[in-house]
Amino acid sequence: MSIAGAIRDGGIVARRNILGVRRTPGALVTGVAQPIIFVLILAFVFGGALGGDDYRQFLIGGILAQTLTFNSSFTAVYLAKDLQTGLIDRFRALPMSRVGVILGRTTSDLVTSVISILVIVACGFAIGWRLESNVLQIVVVFLLLLLYAFAISWIGAFIAMTARSVEVAQSLGLLWLFPVCFISGAFVSADMLPGPLRVIAEWNPVTAVATAVRQGFGNEAPAGFATAGGWPADNALLYAFLCCVAIIAIFAPIAVTQYRRISKR
Amino acid sequence: MISIQGITKRFGDHQALAGVDLEVPEGSVQGLLGPNGAGKTTTVRVLTTLLDPDAGEAIVAGHSAITEGHEVRRRLGVSGQYAAVDEKLTGFENLTMVGELYGMRRREAKARARELLRDFRLDDVGDARRAGQYSGGMRRRLDLAGAIVARPPVVILDEPTTGLDPRGRRDTWDAIESLASGGTTVLLTTQYLEEADQLADSIAVIDAGRIIAEGTATELKAQAGGARIDVVLAPGADATAALAAVRSTGHDADLDERARRLTGAAADGSDGLVAVLRALEQAGVAVSEAALRQPTLDEVFLRITGLPAVEEPSEAGGAPTDRAAASEEVAA
Repeated sequence: MSIAGAIRDGGIVARRNILGVRRTPGALVTGVAQPIIFVLILAFVFGGALGGDDYRQFLIGGILAQTLTFNSSFTAVYLAKDLQTGLIDRFRALPMSRVGVILGRTTSDLVTSVISILVIVACGFAIGWRLESNVLQIVVVFLLLLLYAFAISWIGAFIAMTARSVEVAQSLGLLWLFPVCFISGAFVSADMLPGPLRVIAEWNPVTAVATAVRQGFGNEAPAGFATAGGWPADNALLYAFLCCVAIIAIFAPIAVTQYRRISKR
Repeated sequence: MISIQGITKRFGDHQALAGVDLEVPEGSVQGLLGPNGAGKTTTVRVLTTLLDPDAGEAIVAGHSAITEGHEVRRRLGVSGQYAAVDEKLTGFENLTMVGELYGMRRREAKARARELLRDFRLDDVGDARRAGQYSGGMRRRLDLAGAIVARPPVVILDEPTTGLDPRGRRDTWDAIESLASGGTTVLLTTQYLEEADQLADSIAVIDAGRIIAEGTATELKAQAGGARIDVVLAPGADATAALAAVRSTGHDADLDERARRLTGAAADGSDGLVAVLRALEQAGVAVSEAALRQPTLDEVFLRITGLPAVEEPSEAGGAPTDRAAASEEVAA
């Protein structure tokens, strides 16, 4: 199946998904409320101990990386739902691209992520966070965030295709997010973590995205934070970009393979 | 148009298909009749390229469903056991999407969707309501319309009326009949002899993953001993006397004491029924119901296999498991 075919069918499926989201706006509540809750808890429950005003400048980049990572669970649940209702069997019996259904989902879930990003930015402004860079840098950050949201969505797709039921997809799709988002430099400097966790955090893609976002927005770490060093921190934007490419390169093929095999056995 | 040769499929220790052979000529309507768990859905999943059999070959519209899936899918329309329509889209949007996924241009798909909504009498709800708000019969018709969006030469319908009320069933039958009259080759599975009789030119009976009988509805009914007489005795009637009276007319009959029902093969059609009623009257047995009717699937099975149609625990085997379970529940 050609790439053109995949993009065409992905577009058809994405349009269908977006119509679905528009008609059940309640499903977006989590996508909107979750980042607000995280911003408020981290800024005001932990933030005071971590640097107050300065920490709020630092926080928003982390919240953006963490929220978009969490949004992959929506992909997992939506796809598992389509699987469970038999709609995917219907798609699988149509002469369409084998990539189209998942590509359509990972693309349309960008809508949720764009909404999340806007909510976080608005929240950030409300708590005193500021952009301290130029327009070009800001545009690059938003493009990176969209690429990251798209990439991480393929992990959600892989989970759905493996879990196959909504319940399992929902719990699996959330479970891995906590260690991945918290053993990272999203909320504290990676160098503040102990021993092996520090190494994991330094190389964690979530750290890379959070760091690249902060650098791009010109947000500094609070005075008391250890300065993260090492190649990933020094080349955060490049490393974040490479992580996105690697995630897609790994998870897109295995998600599609799972899709093909769903009930071929 | 459809040619199935020796397909087998095993799920764990359950032999779902034990060597199914079936030929469906172009333009004909083939019924695949059997109880739950007989292998109907597994056969359909092989033909629709959703499942690979362990052995055997399945040719649909000139291409192998196993090795040339994409070619088969281009020539095939499928409608499932429970309508797989997108509940959040309107009927029009559902059909347009399916048309586009068959490769039609958007404008063409929209025109085709309009045409089908009219043909399937869904035009009044086609834009007004989301498919999730349709009745069961309307959803089934929409699913059926989706199967023929691209005017495929072959259409496969898996239990198109299971779970529908009588009106929904009637509507679905009409839709299938008009489809068949247009020259489309149709394979439909059903648990109801009556349905196969109504719609199919030829019927194959499947049991335990094997075709155990094939023929027209008339031939199968003849194999099952032809028409049946059913007599329900009035409350308090003497069942033993009734049985003796019925047997005196040369009919053999089984008595279901709890239901006070006598059932047996009709020897002489309606004459037999008249003879039975006359004998019962002479014996002074009061009757509350009496009928001459076609044999049921159960009775066909009893005659062909010597066993009643047994429901096996699971058929689909494919993922996801609770879907299979849910469909079994719907079917039950």
